[in-house]
Amino acid sequence: MKVLTLNFLTCAVKACKTTNNSFPLHPKDAELVHDEIEINRDLLVNVLPRIDWTALRTTSTELGFPTLPEQPPTAEDLQQDEKMLKELHALLLETQMMEGKLVCGHCGHEYAVREGIANFLLPSHLV
Amino acid sequence: MSRPEDTLAADVHYDDTEARKYTTSSRIQNIQASMTQRALELLDLKFPSLILDVGCGSGLSGEILSQVPPEEGGPHVWVGMDISASMLDVALQRDVEGDLLLADIGQGVPFRPGTFDAAISISAIQWLCNAESSETSPAGRLSRFFNGLYSSLKRGGRAVCQFYPKNDVQKQMITSAAVKAGFGAGLLEDDPETKNVKLYLVLTVGGNATGSKDIADVVDGMDGVDVLDNRKKGEKGGKGEIKKGSKAWIIKKKEQMERKGKIVKATSKFTGRKRRVQF
Repeated sequence: MKVLTLNFLTCAVKACKTTNNSFPLHPKDAELVHDEIEINRDLLVNVLPRIDWTALRTTSTELGFPTLPEQPPTAEDLQQDEKMLKELHALLLETQMMEGKLVCGHCGHEYAVREGIANFLLPSHLV
Repeated sequence: MSRPEDTLAADVHYDDTEARKYTTSSRIQNIQASMTQRALELLDLKFPSLILDVGCGSGLSGEILSQVPPEEGGPHVWVGMDISASMLDVALQRDVEGDLLLADIGQGVPFRPGTFDAAISISAIQWLCNAESSETSPAGRLSRFFNGLYSSLKRGGRAVCQFYPKNDVQKQMITSAAVKAGFGAGLLEDDPETKNVKLYLVLTVGGNATGSKDIADVVDGMDGVDVLDNRKKGEKGGKGEIKKGSKAWIIKKKEQMERKGKIVKATSKFTGRKRRVQF
């Protein structure tokens, strides 16, 4: 599962919909894989405003990457700065979480990730 | 034709053998491909987007999303949801590019508000009309799904769901659930009154502020499409009955806020009640 997707996933438990702590989910015992993908500049520029930068910084620290700058880059930065584009692309799209768990910060529910697929099926009492 | 929806739940029906059969059948591959192309045409995406594939199965339609050439606005990045582990296993073996999620769409869509540019669903949402246990009802599952989908799409986003309703009752049930969740909805019927009839539910989120057109206008330009507009014009549809400040009014407001992705306290029997007078 891409780090980009991690930046959008929230806890599926109904009670967690009403709190702010259910996002982002915290990766635990994560095994990461680097997968080469062709750079798609337009996609990154399109998605950039929707990325929650604070959450991305948390996730990347938790996954053991160097700390990201405090301010998100702007669309113009991405157009001009080739290096920044490459780094962002490598983090968001090429880094994949293959094994591990995603833990909700509010209810503590653990979503297992196996072979890159997160299991979001909930037992009926949590729905 | 037999309907697997009538006999078993989706995750039970698509076991390892069924999933492989489904994916390797060239007939199903062709039908899925043409329906995905049609859905893409309806989504009318101009630049590389983030797309949710609801009921992605083995990734037959996702594959097409990844392959859209740059001159047509691709390639798109997609995230797929499916309830059948066997189907996702086949998708893994086929090495699809999108991210996969094992999830039940009847339990909602676990993404934060405004995530996706668009959503696509090929032959999946009719499964919601079958409740497998006594705890869940089709109406509840449908409404949870459409509410989740509505908030996970960005304003001006669009969703195209191709589905096989069993009868007019199911068709009506699905459409009204979508409208109730806040979508602007239109039904497109390909090859009507033949055996190969295909139904597409085209859903829009939000107003026309971002330059997105009314769905009737988008379809209007296409070949061989008749527009039947059943919408009431210039009517307010029974609003004004709800008194401001009443419980119904509060619940309506809360629903509106929830759809926008705001954090809303759960509704209980105490909602809208006055506090008792203190000594």
